[in-house]
Amino acid sequence: MSAVPEKRHIPDRLGTSVTRLFASWEALLVAVAAVIFIANALASPYFLNAWNLSDATFNFTEKAMVAFAMALLIIAGEIDLSVAAIIALASTAMGAAAQAGVGTPGLVAIGIGVGAGCGMINGILVAGLRLPSIVVTIGTMSLFRGIAYIVLGDKAYGGYPASFAYFGQGYVLWVFSFEFVLFAALAVLFAVLLHATNFGRRVYAIGNNEFAARFSGIHVERIKFTLFLLTGLMAGIAAVCLTSRLGSTRPSIAQGWELEIVTMVVLGGISILGGSGTIGGVVIAAFVMGLVTFGLGLLNVPGIVMSIFIGLLLITTITLPIIIRQFGHRKSA
Amino acid sequence: MIKQLFKFREMLLVVIIAMLLAVFSARSPGFAKPGNLANIFNDTSILIILALGQMTVILTKSIDLSVAANVAFTGMAIGMLNAAYPAMPLALIILIALGTGAVLGAINGLFVWKLNIPSIVVTLGTLTIYRGMAFVLSGGAWVNAHQMTAPFLQTPRQLFFGLPLLGWTAIVIVAIMYVVMSRTFLGRAIYASGGNPTAAVYAGIDVGRTRFYAFVISGTLAGLCGYLWVSRYAVAYVDIAAGFELDTVAACVIGGISTLGGIGSVAGAVLGSLFLGVIKNALPVINISPFSQMAISGSVIIAAVIFNARQERRRGRIILRDRGASEQIEVTA
Repeated sequence: MSAVPEKRHIPDRLGTSVTRLFASWEALLVAVAAVIFIANALASPYFLNAWNLSDATFNFTEKAMVAFAMALLIIAGEIDLSVAAIIALASTAMGAAAQAGVGTPGLVAIGIGVGAGCGMINGILVAGLRLPSIVVTIGTMSLFRGIAYIVLGDKAYGGYPASFAYFGQGYVLWVFSFEFVLFAALAVLFAVLLHATNFGRRVYAIGNNEFAARFSGIHVERIKFTLFLLTGLMAGIAAVCLTSRLGSTRPSIAQGWELEIVTMVVLGGISILGGSGTIGGVVIAAFVMGLVTFGLGLLNVPGIVMSIFIGLLLITTITLPIIIRQFGHRKSA
Repeated sequence: MIKQLFKFREMLLVVIIAMLLAVFSARSPGFAKPGNLANIFNDTSILIILALGQMTVILTKSIDLSVAANVAFTGMAIGMLNAAYPAMPLALIILIALGTGAVLGAINGLFVWKLNIPSIVVTLGTLTIYRGMAFVLSGGAWVNAHQMTAPFLQTPRQLFFGLPLLGWTAIVIVAIMYVVMSRTFLGRAIYASGGNPTAAVYAGIDVGRTRFYAFVISGTLAGLCGYLWVSRYAVAYVDIAAGFELDTVAACVIGGISTLGGIGSVAGAVLGSLFLGVIKNALPVINISPFSQMAISGSVIIAAVIFNARQERRRGRIILRDRGASEQIEVTA
């Protein structure tokens, strides 16, 4: 607590120009999504089909579930790079349990439980021991996936019970898959949590000025711990959906997802420096990324080339506002 | 006093490595023989060189996650070059490798310098882009040993005093980096801009430009390693060195280089790399599955982070949040 708070311009209320910027950011995202949608419809005659569009949602629902929690974490000024490894470990645990004859409810509990446990470990290391989250989660990332590799090596788990397939392959109503409905429900839940509760305000406060938040009586460590736990939990839920959809587990499952999830969050207008952004933005960003990858898939673009587009998307979405702001500064100066 | 602490830290690592060697040679006589030690050092050379580049970047309060992708792209490019133009002299090929690596590093550096984008985001993006470019370049094809020329493959294997040229290359790079970091203006600027960016600005150091140079150094060394990697394993494909960026970060963290910037030494990075190298080479000797290596490095990273944090006892800011410094840079610009 001996550090000197740094000089920073803090408005007494959220400025209208800031809210307008984010309103326009989300408007821009919707426009991008619309353009991609129309381009896809023109590029492929098979695109505009209810079942085809339903299939397209599987591209992003699992990642988006984790992205909601990651959004809160990034708003609070932390990051979790171990999410994909948590998915791998939770999936491995479910696979081992399925081999031992555990039923579907037990498998779901194990998947979510392992996820929450991993999140708790991250939380203890970052919030409890006050370590920098980037390095800690790089460490736990290789630890969690490393354990999956020790358990599985070059083998794979299969043989999940038939009823387990519902989470990744079942449909609630007509073309609306269980995953999509869960994604929508979680989006609403996280939007309420972030935008309409005390907890959400505290997350913003920590991200904007952790120092001031502490002096305002906010339990910074407790909230950070909760956020890591929540992120682990969501990774566990994503692991249940993904494992159920694929029907098998390899230690390399969900490899590289941490990048796509962070990209989704940042594309959604959440500042990587913390303190600002909305869940609505992340939801639209999820659709944008899902449509881009699905459209490229329809055009037979290989996966690794798609990842170039994701990387470019990440860098341009972060660069663009900064360039615009720099031009603005120069004009006013 | 601080200097003594770090001497203590490096001595501690030397002792730990010596103890590891003693334990392993007790299990398997011959492990600590000079010939085998030279082998281990040679095997760790590439990690040492990359870790020194990573150290330079981390010292300036940034991180370079794209080093392994840089190795893959440069390795693929010069592998294909060698296969297509066997008559091209090796010196020119190495020069091209260094240049390609430097350009890729400079791209990272420009984003960090000119646009003030957090380095973790830039390099997460360029990581996928560079590796994707390796795929685009090769079309997914491999360059195999029989396509490469003898000098290209054999030069790093030439023995001098029992150590291959690859190992000597690492020793030369270590010596150069030691001089650069401790005896040049750039080296001191690198420490200053990580240790206290605001003070560095007041001392007349261009923090952004220094970070740019750090990324160029890291990229150049990665380019060199692109050649060393491809010639050592006699094959170039898209996935070479996948995930190796984490090993370089791990080596730095183990070597006592603070991810908050400004603290660390060349000796630390070398010893951290050797620590990982000894463990990697010892696992098969003591009959532990190579699959457990990932989990071991993960645990070691976490342990080292905890250990570092206890030693530093200093409030700093994590890499993600660097607003104070960037504001100062904007003020001076």
